[in-house]
Amino acid sequence: MRSAVVVFPGSNCDRDTQVALRDVAGAEPHMVWHAEGTFPEVDLIVLPGGFSYGDYLRAGAMAAHSPVMREVVARAGRGVPVLGICNGFQILCEAGLLPGVLMRNASLRFAGKDVHVRVETSQSIFTNRYAAGAVARMPVAHGDGNYYADDATLDRLEERGQIAFRYCLPDGTVAAEASPNGARRNIAGVFNEAKTVLGFMPHPERACDPLLGGTDGRAMIEGLAGALA
Amino acid sequence: MKARVQVTLKPGVLDPQGTAIQGALAHLGFAGVRDVRQGKLIELELAETDPAVGRASVEEMCRRLLANTVIESYAIEVLP
Repeated sequence: MRSAVVVFPGSNCDRDTQVALRDVAGAEPHMVWHAEGTFPEVDLIVLPGGFSYGDYLRAGAMAAHSPVMREVVARAGRGVPVLGICNGFQILCEAGLLPGVLMRNASLRFAGKDVHVRVETSQSIFTNRYAAGAVARMPVAHGDGNYYADDATLDRLEERGQIAFRYCLPDGTVAAEASPNGARRNIAGVFNEAKTVLGFMPHPERACDPLLGGTDGRAMIEGLAGALA
Repeated sequence: MKARVQVTLKPGVLDPQGTAIQGALAHLGFAGVRDVRQGKLIELELAETDPAVGRASVEEMCRRLLANTVIESYAIEVLP
């Protein structure tokens, strides 16, 4: 799987993502600076976590209009898979590749801890190595992870199977107290309609090695590597 | 000319920062504050001299960057 990791000023998970892709998928990703207008053809584009452009105006708002994003939006339109992790999810929403928006955490506190998420579907390139209903444990690290969309949009997402992950208790029960940020309907990850774009608040790249406290994120990269080989 | 853009959360969108401010005001003894909504004020200095053209251009800026219309609404004021 050929992959690219986009690096914005203020990205801070780009190297973690690079290492995870190298170790789990077995190929060195291209690291693409935000000012690049183009980059090599790849099978997967990853927008990593961090605080691009210092979260000025709104988290992800500036990055969504950076030169490299014009290319990312064009390629996503052609069906090239895109994974946005944390700040990457915020950028995908601001760029209009995913519906909704990530608002300030309801608690107003930064959430930095492990959470549990329930895999809502295994029918995607991102989740095919998980069983539907499986529970994965991964860290979150964000201040703006409170997913919001209006009821009509949320209903449409549910009908079309675009909800990828929900925050849950360790036993898989979706409960408000399991959410670190107050996201509507406990949403932790959403797909675009074609399920070629995933935005996800937790950090699978930080859960790929037992030394880091967990390996539940590996299945996402393994699934992508298998599907996009 | 100058333009001033007010960006506010749409009614019904939860505003945890507004709620926190309301709580702090209550702690300071300001009774009777029923609701607080926090927004942004953006001031622009434009080379354009035609107010109608200027307003249309700021409108486009709001739609594309200054506001996220999923959760925010905006009001534009064009100043001479």
